[in-house]
Amino acid sequence: MARIMVVTSGKGGVGKTTTAAAFGMGLALRGYKTAVIDFDVGLRNLDLIMGCERRVVYDFVNVISGDANLNQALIRDKRCHQLYVLPASQTKDKEALTLEGVGRVLEAMGKDFDYILCDSPAGIEHGANMAMYYADDALVVTNPEVSSVRDSDRMLGILSSKSRRAENGDEPIREFLLLTRYNPVRVASGDMLSVEDVQEILALELLGVIPESEAVLNASNSGVPVILDETSHAGQAYADLVSRYLGEDLPHRFLDVPKKGLFGRLFKG
Amino acid sequence: MAQAGSTFDLKAGSFTFPTLFLQSGNLDTLSEELDARVEQAPEFFRNTPVVIDLSALESGGVDFPLLVGLMRGHGMLPVGVRGGTPAQQESAELMELAVLSEARGRRPPPERTSPSASGQSEGAAAGEPKSGAEQLRSANQATIVDRPVRSGQRIYAPGGDLVVVAAVVSSGAELMADGNVHIYGTLRGRVLAGVKGNREARIFCRDLRAELVSVAGRYLISEDIERRFNGAQVQIRLDGDRLIVDDL
Ligand SMILES: Nc1ncnc2c1ncn2[C@@H]1O[C@H](COP(=O)(O)OP(=O)(O)OP(=O)(O)O)[C@@H](O)[C@H]1O
Ligand SMILES: [Mg+2]
Repeated sequence: MARIMVVTSGKGGVGKTTTAAAFGMGLALRGYKTAVIDFDVGLRNLDLIMGCERRVVYDFVNVISGDANLNQALIRDKRCHQLYVLPASQTKDKEALTLEGVGRVLEAMGKDFDYILCDSPAGIEHGANMAMYYADDALVVTNPEVSSVRDSDRMLGILSSKSRRAENGDEPIREFLLLTRYNPVRVASGDMLSVEDVQEILALELLGVIPESEAVLNASNSGVPVILDETSHAGQAYADLVSRYLGEDLPHRFLDVPKKGLFGRLFKG
Repeated sequence: MAQAGSTFDLKAGSFTFPTLFLQSGNLDTLSEELDARVEQAPEFFRNTPVVIDLSALESGGVDFPLLVGLMRGHGMLPVGVRGGTPAQQESAELMELAVLSEARGRRPPPERTSPSASGQSEGAAAGEPKSGAEQLRSANQATIVDRPVRSGQRIYAPGGDLVVVAAVVSSGAELMADGNVHIYGTLRGRVLAGVKGNREARIFCRDLRAELVSVAGRYLISEDIERRFNGAQVQIRLDGDRLIVDDL
């Protein structure tokens, strides 16, 4: 059976879709058959970031409503054949996602895949609940600022009370923290919370820290998950994240202000 | 006009407080409705002094300890009651609620359908266990929670103690118990012990950073707590009418 992971946050725009794309690609590159599902009905972002937007014929809602079967809707990645994308519908109503329907699709996919990543929409309403309900693991994406941390905390409360595992009294969802858009310069100047601050508030296992990086925007614009940009710090940090998830013990990188260079000098003091 | 004193001046002041018009003594329903309101707007009632209007109520007993706990639990600060029968007012006074006079002249008490319901004995009903769900749980049984309590979560331990063995009780989370509350991690949320009026209840806490602590309706907000207790290992209990924080 596939392991189901939700990529969630509460607050919007923190880097969930970027993370789902990179993480999915990372797992697939290690040989795991992986699917990434876009739960953001109405917005449809994942296929853009994965670079497969021109190949979308059927979507998640079509599969749920029986208009298409899974094989028709799943898009296989051209760069890595172990990776599949199940896109969201741009037109349909959010309520088209039902617990029963989502459960049925995940169940059917579970036999075939090693990992299923659910890219959650922002907020704590319907779509977010659908994305997290069946999860075994949760990657809680947080930016180092108070409002994002607060929302993540709220989301963690919902994960521990409104998921299938919680309702059945099964072993709870494994929760991991991912800090994204981490900017050591702004942490040093006190504009942003530090890794330690966030961990103290959330008391959660830290699976990765992704630095703020221009490479992310470039990658999104060209439809390439940033993990494939191996020269970028963000790409390397995502690769570390995948390794840690798979059990490797790696130190966190890119936490300190770069010592040399114009950037460092400009922002000094 | 003002009475001059060396440490204080006593002057008349008038304030407008929001008033909660209690339509029924069914606190379960009230609790649900307040939940819904707070769900929509978490900051809605935060630290708001509120007056409870009893004039629309029947003459039956009102479980004031529970009512006060409930309102505090939703962030309100109940300060007094208005209207109601003498028995209701008496039991309100037991919870340190001021009995306020009607704003504009005294309205005649609402028509009673039953002349026998004069309300002398109802006060005694306050404090008795009410809902069947509560009675299902055995008295003095501790509720143990071993996962972090997150913002937006509320845990109530009816009939006994609440023990939280987890790294954090987050800001925006809320713990309530009829008995004592023990917190073995960092406490950033709100804690209400003795919510049904048990004045012996205490709060034990290993790392105090609470937003609000309360025992039997008496409370302190974080500003009221001495700085030196920030991050300290403490117990919080009532001493007479004062809520005090002690090092452990
Ligand atoms: N590490 C990073 N460095 C710089 N920019 C980033 C980083 N991570 C994400 N971004 C940018 O932040 C924006 C939001 O990212 P993304 O779409 O992944 O967030 P999201 O959480 O999925 O948003 P939504 O809640 O709308 O679904 C994008 O413009 C993305 O390029
Ligand atoms: Mg997104």
